[in-house]
Amino acid sequence: MSRNAKINALLLLAVAALAVLPLVLGLGDHKEEPFAGADAEAETAITEIEPDYEPWFSPLYEPPSGEIESALFALQAAIGAGVLAYYFGLRRGRRQGEERTAAALRGAPGED
Amino acid sequence: MHIAEGFLPPAHAIAWGVASAPFVVHGVRSLTREVREHPESTLLLGASGAFTFVLSALKLPSVTGSCSHPTGTGLGAILFRPPIMAVLGTITLLFQALLLAHGGLTTLGANVFSMAIVGPWAGYAVYRLLRRYDVPLMVAVFFGAFVADLSTYCVTSVQLALAFPDPSSGFLGALGKFGSIFAVTQIPLAVSEGLLTVIVMRLLVQSSKGELARLGVLLTKAGKSSTDEPEAVAR
Repeated sequence: MSRNAKINALLLLAVAALAVLPLVLGLGDHKEEPFAGADAEAETAITEIEPDYEPWFSPLYEPPSGEIESALFALQAAIGAGVLAYYFGLRRGRRQGEERTAAALRGAPGED
Repeated sequence: MHIAEGFLPPAHAIAWGVASAPFVVHGVRSLTREVREHPESTLLLGASGAFTFVLSALKLPSVTGSCSHPTGTGLGAILFRPPIMAVLGTITLLFQALLLAHGGLTTLGANVFSMAIVGPWAGYAVYRLLRRYDVPLMVAVFFGAFVADLSTYCVTSVQLALAFPDPSSGFLGALGKFGSIFAVTQIPLAVSEGLLTVIVMRLLVQSSKGELARLGVLLTKAGKSSTDEPEAVAR
């Protein structure tokens, strides 16, 4: 592994540790519903401050179940990851192609 | 940072929409100009949007015992300047509002204001400031992305506190309440976002040197006052 790749791997490891540590340390144990979404907690806080508040508009489409919702979230991440992977793959391929052409031009013209 | 559909009173929803609209319109203009003048940017623009797509779908656990997600807007703001992120962020928020019932159409203006406008500008400002004082690129990128992420959630807290001041402790009491839900939860996630943005920037430095030099992220060898690369200086 090159030095560059090692540094990237360490950075990724740090991100993974930041995500896993709250779970391992049980930081959600004091809550009724551990590791719920902050957005939902904010909704609860709103109804605590203003118990009479009624949302005046509802979503045009709501995923019928948690499974469908997580599928759509996965789809969102997959689209993003796919485009990113395409970008870096294309760049790498182009660079290798250019290097190969340059090497071929430098080398003997008869070499095939 | 997604304020749920219908959870802002109509007056607030309209006000945030009015505040966000000019930024998004200006962003669309910058985006079309960038694509027209530099068609080769399209791929990297797509990659910046994709980064926001991935990161805002990643709900991560945090120290407060709740989950939240990064925004991914710092990278694009650093590469292409914040106006472009007003567009890419809005597209992401629309996707989530329409398909995931996450955020909403009535709260789109407010959510765009926090995630696609204030976040990118705040992150970009910090990045530029650090670069001016010759802080190494990757350190500046980390703090730029960190601030873009965290400031987004601070704005959301302010928006909710303005709409729902606490009956006894007023705006500040509500700000404390929403701030502890959003901003505190977000601190470790903003660190994660900073690190992920650094990884992507490192990969870009390896794979797209020419592009980064054109965008002024990497300085040409002649240094800041280089005259043969006027674009790198103009940015």
